[in-house]
Amino acid sequence: MGASINQIKNMLHITSLHKSYAIGDSSLHVLKGIDLSVETGEMVAIMGSSGSGKSTLLNIIGMLDEADSGTYILDGLPIDDLTEKKAAVYRNKFLGFIFQSFNLINYKSAIENVALPLYYQGLKRKKRLELARFHLGKVGLDAWAEHLPKELSGGQKQRVAIARALAANPKLLLADEPTGALDTKTSHDIMAFIQQLNDEGKTILMVTHEEDIANMCKRIVRLKDGVIIEDTPVDQVRASQYV
Amino acid sequence: MFDLDLWREIFQSINKNRVRSLLSGFTIAFAILLFTVLFGVANGLQNTFNEAFADDATNLISIYTGRTTKAHKGLQAGRRIRLRNQDFDYIDNTFNSKIEHLTARVNRRVQASYKTESNTYPLRAVHPEHQFLEKTILIKGRYINQNDLKALTKVAVIGRLVAEDLFINTEPLGAYINLSGVPYKVVGVFKDDGGDSEERMIYTPVSTAQRIYGNTDYINQIKIGYDPKMSYEAAIAFGNQIKRKLKKRFDVAPNDQRAIRVRNRAEATRNVNAMTVGLSIIILVVGFGTLIAGVVGVSNIMIFIVKERTKEIGIRKALGASPKSIVSIILVEAVLITAIAGYMGLLLGIGILKVAAPVLEDYFIKDPGVSNSLVVGATMLLILAGAIAGYVPAKRASKIKPIIALRND
Repeated sequence: MGASINQIKNMLHITSLHKSYAIGDSSLHVLKGIDLSVETGEMVAIMGSSGSGKSTLLNIIGMLDEADSGTYILDGLPIDDLTEKKAAVYRNKFLGFIFQSFNLINYKSAIENVALPLYYQGLKRKKRLELARFHLGKVGLDAWAEHLPKELSGGQKQRVAIARALAANPKLLLADEPTGALDTKTSHDIMAFIQQLNDEGKTILMVTHEEDIANMCKRIVRLKDGVIIEDTPVDQVRASQYV
Repeated sequence: MFDLDLWREIFQSINKNRVRSLLSGFTIAFAILLFTVLFGVANGLQNTFNEAFADDATNLISIYTGRTTKAHKGLQAGRRIRLRNQDFDYIDNTFNSKIEHLTARVNRRVQASYKTESNTYPLRAVHPEHQFLEKTILIKGRYINQNDLKALTKVAVIGRLVAEDLFINTEPLGAYINLSGVPYKVVGVFKDDGGDSEERMIYTPVSTAQRIYGNTDYINQIKIGYDPKMSYEAAIAFGNQIKRKLKKRFDVAPNDQRAIRVRNRAEATRNVNAMTVGLSIIILVVGFGTLIAGVVGVSNIMIFIVKERTKEIGIRKALGASPKSIVSIILVEAVLITAIAGYMGLLLGIGILKVAAPVLEDYFIKDPGVSNSLVVGATMLLILAGAIAGYVPAKRASKIKPIIALRND
């Protein structure tokens, strides 16, 4: 198979992925055979109406959820037989998450939130805080390091979350509606930053239902009723032009 | 393994969620407080009981005699039965294997005088083993011994209060006191937990008394300390056996209740013991009930805490927390809160017992308190309870799928 050579260069290779959820006695077939390849350095938007399966797909890629069948290879590493422990290690080492609702721990300061994945990597406290401060600096929140999430604006919270996602230096950045809870201006701010990360070589996968946000990516994958109906490259709109 | 980072995480969690920590702590502290106070009060009640029955040996059978009330074997009613030395020897020989201590007692009242001081006191002429049956505690000198019995020495062991009355600023040991006209050498001074009347008593050898006061071999009373290994039932049967044999020996009708009287401490002790055991069981049930209520309370709080922290757990898992680390962070927090709060409840309970002790004494609760071993045991139990109360919800929390936990708002 010619594809096997590609797989090694591929960041992500998914074939015939299926997922159903049990709802009472019946089951809901959410993903009906997804095939998807993403190469290193890509910035992909996954689009679709609600119920199309886009979030489920992202969760499976993020190892927050498990597929019923199909293969999933991440950077040459087959992701199967996931135990909780193994999934935890993979998530920690390979993946960075950005959520719509930020998901910061509310009683921890910005820098402690950023340092948390490093805690689970087993780094020493001093090293953790050093790295966390560096990444907070990268998102421009150096001065807010000791503040609690409730003292930050929405955009600032999302920046802290991005810093946290970057802290463990993941192979793949997964963003679930990263601008969903933000106003337009802040959204463009955050998108400009994410584009900058992509420019620096990070592979990014993003779920969104906003066309303008999707157009800021390099490729759009459209899902409908659990299958991919369209997969097209796009001319990237730079968010910085709005800022 | 001491993991500083884990502790830092836990202390931060406790410190930043103070209301939650305080609430769960309060429940366990209150349970332990009640537990301690109940146990202390129970101990106090038991102390009162023990003290009430601690004066004399508990394995005691006393034999008295009186007049017959029924005609028997051609003998008239109203005959006076008197114990003699030969009866003492008979009991000694017949029941030797079942007897730990044995003494006769001859009672007299004597006018005791030393120099210018003089007073009347009850005198008990006894065998050496009387000391163990009456739980006489020697302050100084010695008790009556076998030598005194054989040689009919005129020696006296006097009560603490007798010594106080007669020997003002004088050393009683070695002095001679006059007991109703006969000089006795004081060889010992004793005290007795039985109270003042027991300490206003004079002991002399039984043989000496029999010779001096009437030159008879009559005995007023025989006291037997039966083998303490005997069960209450066996001891009661033993007492009845003695009664039967003596009635036969003195030709007393079997149903004559007055001629030969045998008082068996085993009967009273059995009742008291049954009562104390009953009391202990009630206290234990109530105490552990309280503790269990506390544990259940903590479990509920832990379930609530896990629910409240579900989202946090989801975040932690998404960031790479292993199930083990989730369990340990919740479990150690639970154990820590239970241990600290429980210990505080314990201290508070002990404090309350200390403060309330004088008041409680009026209600027959003496020296309420808990032993060190109970304190250690309760603390251990607490830590265990905290661990159990925390483990189940912690384990459940560690199994929540991160995606479900993250959806929880």
